[in-house]
Amino acid sequence: MIDEGLKSELQKQGVFVVSTEWLYNWGRKSSIWPLQFGLACCAIEMIAAAAARYDLARFGAEVFRATPRQADLMIVAGTVTKKMAPQVVRLFNQMPEPKYVIAMGACAISGGPFKDGYNVLKGVDRYIPVDVHIPGCPPRPEALLHAIITLQEKITGQHIDQTRWYDATATTEFPIPVCGEHDLLPAANPEVWQPPKDYRDVTNEESTKKS
Amino acid sequence: MIAAPSTIPAGGAITTQLLEISIGPQHPSTHGVFRMDVVLDGEVVRALKPVVGYLHRNHEQLAEKMSWLGSMPYTDRLDYFNSMSNNWAYALAVEKLAGIKVPERAEYIRVIMAELSRLQNHASAIGFLLQDCGAWGTPLLYAFKEREKILDFFETVSGSRMMCNYFRFGGVRVDLNDEMLAMARKIVAEFPKFLDEFEKLMTTNEVVLARCQRVGILPKELAIAGSISGPVARASGVEYDIRKVDKYGVYGQLEFGVPVGAVGDVYDRYYIRVLEMRESVKILQQVLRDIPAGPVQAVEVKLRGFKIPAGDGYGRVEGAKGELGFYLVSEGGPKPYRYHIRPPSFINLTVLEDMCVGHKVADAIIILGSIDIVLGEVDR
Amino acid sequence: MIPTSEQLCAAVPGAVIEIVPSTPAAAQPAMLVDREHLVAVARYLKNEPSCQLDFCSCVTGVDYLAKGFIEIVYHLYSVALKHGPVVLKVRAPRELNQCHVPSLTTVWRGCEFQEREAFDLYGVKFDGHPDLRRILMWNEFTDHPMRKDYVPPADYEWEPTPHDEVLKRTKAAGGIMPPSAAVEVKK
Repeated sequence: MIDEGLKSELQKQGVFVVSTEWLYNWGRKSSIWPLQFGLACCAIEMIAAAAARYDLARFGAEVFRATPRQADLMIVAGTVTKKMAPQVVRLFNQMPEPKYVIAMGACAISGGPFKDGYNVLKGVDRYIPVDVHIPGCPPRPEALLHAIITLQEKITGQHIDQTRWYDATATTEFPIPVCGEHDLLPAANPEVWQPPKDYRDVTNEESTKKS
Repeated sequence: MIAAPSTIPAGGAITTQLLEISIGPQHPSTHGVFRMDVVLDGEVVRALKPVVGYLHRNHEQLAEKMSWLGSMPYTDRLDYFNSMSNNWAYALAVEKLAGIKVPERAEYIRVIMAELSRLQNHASAIGFLLQDCGAWGTPLLYAFKEREKILDFFETVSGSRMMCNYFRFGGVRVDLNDEMLAMARKIVAEFPKFLDEFEKLMTTNEVVLARCQRVGILPKELAIAGSISGPVARASGVEYDIRKVDKYGVYGQLEFGVPVGAVGDVYDRYYIRVLEMRESVKILQQVLRDIPAGPVQAVEVKLRGFKIPAGDGYGRVEGAKGELGFYLVSEGGPKPYRYHIRPPSFINLTVLEDMCVGHKVADAIIILGSIDIVLGEVDR
Repeated sequence: MIPTSEQLCAAVPGAVIEIVPSTPAAAQPAMLVDREHLVAVARYLKNEPSCQLDFCSCVTGVDYLAKGFIEIVYHLYSVALKHGPVVLKVRAPRELNQCHVPSLTTVWRGCEFQEREAFDLYGVKFDGHPDLRRILMWNEFTDHPMRKDYVPPADYEWEPTPHDEVLKRTKAAGGIMPPSAAVEVKK
């Protein structure tokens, strides 16, 4: 590890000493290309965030790609319906690693105001892993900017040797649900999502630990 | 998927096959999660079937499970560009069923809100249309710059940029103070400048003319038979504006024109929106000048325990996309028995195939853009 | 001018027309037409020069579970004469094999998608509809979710809902349960 004083001394001379990992993460976090993909109301706020007033370009994330093959980030902006869920998972599978997901708005997180609907998926995290959740209905563009910054922080903290995409055994393809006769099959991907524990479960676990 | 082969008669030498492709639901030009199954002969559209339902959020069923007022915030999320007009359509239908009279100041405030929504909706709609034509970014950014000013006003009044939830049965939620009215006057005073600038860039632009004129013609008879409403119908020469026909609110006392197109092509549908914005500015100038003092909420309407006598009824307004109506059935209880929305953008899609057949696939994209659909309303 | 039910009965022989009131304030009484004569009545209303109801604005399905029928409501306006609405209603039994009414798409093209929607959500078959497929739900779907006796799938959202009730419903419907599903659900 290089001494901080020496590092700053070298910087004054125009010599930048950084680790490969830092450089690698710096490059990735400064050019997150989102997938151009809007589902519902939140997509309009996503467009507003990319437009002149909020200017997502300040964070290097303005290059909305229309194809998943060129995208690093999927912003799930809006209600994921059951009819749309297989397409969302397929798009996520088509994105190359490293890839991230922002669940934008209450609907993408949990179904939001529409959670009682028969055709509404109760949260996109039932099928794909989500990195950042933004609450709000819809979240303001500033909230999306904050989510991008949060994601950048997450990227900065990742280590090359521990990342999912260099692990040969890790899952990169997520099973695509099938539209069944009454519901999606399966109703959730158990590897990604489990229903929250019941409060009695937690109490039981605690009591077993004590005894 | 490849369908049966067909031969091109002209030229005769090349034999091609029909190609069936699916555009959407993830596509940059389908305005959301809309899908078209297109059958192509080379580049020419031979058949086109819209596939919708990718944003079907069960609003109608949810509304049947909650109180009358509980559905008001959900109407915001129908056509999410125009939450104020949607609120009005629902409030108007309920008021019609229950026989509620709205105070005059509230009627004026409603007109201000609806017309400002129309301004920002039409500005964004033509921005998106020109984006589909290939003017990547610029017109849309100009439109969104203007939209932000109007959204700031909505936020000042209602507390939310997009989902305003501002109307109540028998009035509106809060009164406008002088500061807010001054803000609205400023927006209205500056808006024509934006329109002039926008028109200078676009209306006589050679590329816009070449792409939009004589493309996607919708004949008047088909527009009426296909239940097409709003700017799309008026561009085809149907002189029908619910603001003039029903004279709801205070529209009967206001002076404004109803622009009507002559050809019914994409260009007419673009230009009719520009003209409607100019008429909206006129309406806004009148209501902001004449707005009377007084209460903004009918006192006899209870916020809690609100009920409607048993029966049904239909109320409609001229939304920015067309005729937005609500058919409500009451059983006399605190909840609607049936709550049905007449979504203009959904019904305007009925004739999409007729407009697109025979044109190039790139034209199908701008024809769709010229209808101005919002998927929240198409699928509900 | 909108014809009275007597005039309509005279113009379409054999038609049975009943007037159904709306709420007192709305004052939009509906004409309940029998299934056999619906198309003839609709054609008459569209083509008669004195009423010219050329614009079918809204098509709605309503499920009256207790009364045992499904009602289809048509709201008609006239663009030419600028009057309306005229409300047409037609009823069909709730049983899926008998639940069919004649399609008015041949009279007003604008009914096409709305009738498909009523078919999708209510299971009403429209005889003579050119393209009667599901429109909002996917093709493999077999239920008609807007019917009042529809049972939704067991995929509840967990967090802000009371756990006991959700657990009970999920268990009854065979949905996904928490990791240790051995929890006794309180009755």
